[in-house]
Amino acid sequence: MIQLSSPEETTEEEIEIPKRDDIREDLISKLKDDLGESLVATEIIAEVDVWARVTKEAWLETAQVLLTRYNMKYFNFLSAIDWLPSPFGRDMDAQVDQPEPVTPEEMTWGTTGGETRFQLLARVHDPENHLGISLKVDLEDTDLSIESWSSIYPGADWHEREVSEMFGITFLNHPNPVKLYLPGDFEGYPMRKDFALLARRIKPWPGIVDVEDMPGEESEEDEVDA
Amino acid sequence: MSDTADTKQMAYIAAQAADARVNLEIETEGMTLNIGPQHPATHGTLRIVVRLDGEQVISADPLMGYMHRGYEKLTEVRTYPQVTTLVNRIDWLGSFANEVPFILAAEQLMEVEAPPRAQWIRTALFEMSRIANVVLFLGDMGVQLGAVTPVFFAFRDREFILNQIEAVTGGRFHPNFDRIGGLKDDLPKGWIDETRGVLKRIRNFCDEIETLVVGNEIFQSRTRNIGVIPADIGLSYGLSGANIRSSGVDWDIRRDGGVGLVHNELDWKVWTHPDGDSFARFWVRLQEVRESCTMIEQILDGIPSGPVMAKVPRIIKVPAGEAYVETENPLGVMGYYVISKGDLTPFRVKIRSASFNNVSITPWLLKGVYVPDVISILASLYFILGDIDR
Repeated sequence: MIQLSSPEETTEEEIEIPKRDDIREDLISKLKDDLGESLVATEIIAEVDVWARVTKEAWLETAQVLLTRYNMKYFNFLSAIDWLPSPFGRDMDAQVDQPEPVTPEEMTWGTTGGETRFQLLARVHDPENHLGISLKVDLEDTDLSIESWSSIYPGADWHEREVSEMFGITFLNHPNPVKLYLPGDFEGYPMRKDFALLARRIKPWPGIVDVEDMPGEESEEDEVDA
Repeated sequence: MSDTADTKQMAYIAAQAADARVNLEIETEGMTLNIGPQHPATHGTLRIVVRLDGEQVISADPLMGYMHRGYEKLTEVRTYPQVTTLVNRIDWLGSFANEVPFILAAEQLMEVEAPPRAQWIRTALFEMSRIANVVLFLGDMGVQLGAVTPVFFAFRDREFILNQIEAVTGGRFHPNFDRIGGLKDDLPKGWIDETRGVLKRIRNFCDEIETLVVGNEIFQSRTRNIGVIPADIGLSYGLSGANIRSSGVDWDIRRDGGVGLVHNELDWKVWTHPDGDSFARFWVRLQEVRESCTMIEQILDGIPSGPVMAKVPRIIKVPAGEAYVETENPLGVMGYYVISKGDLTPFRVKIRSASFNNVSITPWLLKGVYVPDVISILASLYFILGDIDR
């Protein structure tokens, strides 16, 4: 085998240099100046995406700042995340046929971390510079209410109604706080993890055959990507 | 005409005019009109409660949920490969395009990339589902305004596109063909030549629509300056796709920062229109169908050879993480926010569908318009109920 470069150079190349993403780094550093203490955590995946977690008090201000100072005119979506591990265990994810008692798992959070069970997730976008940011905010279990964005982004109206009925989060100063999809007298919040998907409790999903090993074949779980 | 008949007619006209004057003086009471859930002018089951003052809309309140299927909840109990079956049914006219952003999000989390050939075929099918979807809009818009002919042309020519999609995927409406790491199969023999012929038909269809509908005086007077959406308001409601491009916003994810598809290697143009009215939305979509034909023709000429599937484990476990991937679907921007905890199933999937945002502008847009325009505005916004209700 022909050595194209000296060994020293090769080792240098092998060290992965983390990609820099100046546009997103710049956005975050400016946001830090504008929001100060309200910006709890940020995360950047270079040339892919950027996240920011803010305090509940600064939720409305964040939208205002992003719209006026960062040209984030495009409202993409607003939703929520319930970080509670499913109390129904594995029977909810097509793995075993019979529900069995499970020890509750620890709650873990995703990108930019978290402290509470419910998090609000929103995304806005700058259509001229093609830069989007995902925003998160923690909501204490004791007070599941937050200022509505609909005065700043009118498109948030319907998204907040959906989050409100699906997760049971109240939006303050919302112009029309009624249910969007569900019938008016519906009880419970379907998208919460402790809301059982009844069809699954009664009859396990037959799709389990898709992920079972074929007989006489070794598990290919450890196979690595090409 | 005899004199007596003439006098009679004049008297009749005078009486009618007098009636009309009286009617003007009568104060009209507000009226509530239910458009839908079952109405010939609705697509699927969107119900709009409009309050009218005479012919003018005071307020419009869309009510939906008649078709809500809870896909976001269901994704939490499906393995990743099973999710494509669900999301096929979100926008059922351009179903392949629904699978793409979800697969791309999963691929981003797994750090897998589809081989070039798979990416090119994906792009071809993606654009074909756009044609299958938008061609129907071009015909249906005529029906909403009282012209029945275009829709027959649309159904006739869409069939050829669906046949080509079926030849590759085996499904006319629900292909379920996209896989994490590539595609299920390669193209069948002879498909490329057949597709060239079909694209010619679609181009002819576009020309037909242009002469039949776009140039029609009645069509123009029913759509020009009707339902005008200024760019800033459209953006703040999250309008996307042709709806926002027809308000003069030059933004298309296929060109600006799209991942996973090969649009940037093709030579094509993003069409915009400055007016922002119903006519502009129709016109932009018509040009986009032609542009899709151009793209597919280039893809057919340039598909690289090679495998259509990357090496991925047979049991797919997606590493923990979060990813948001969006693509420019036929109806507008569609994105999936996927949260994985390293399991067989997604922990949470937020489906950002285009029609939901596109329709959320209707209470603002319909205020003050006249009843016949309600229909043409709704038709020009072009939504699929499955894409609103998910």
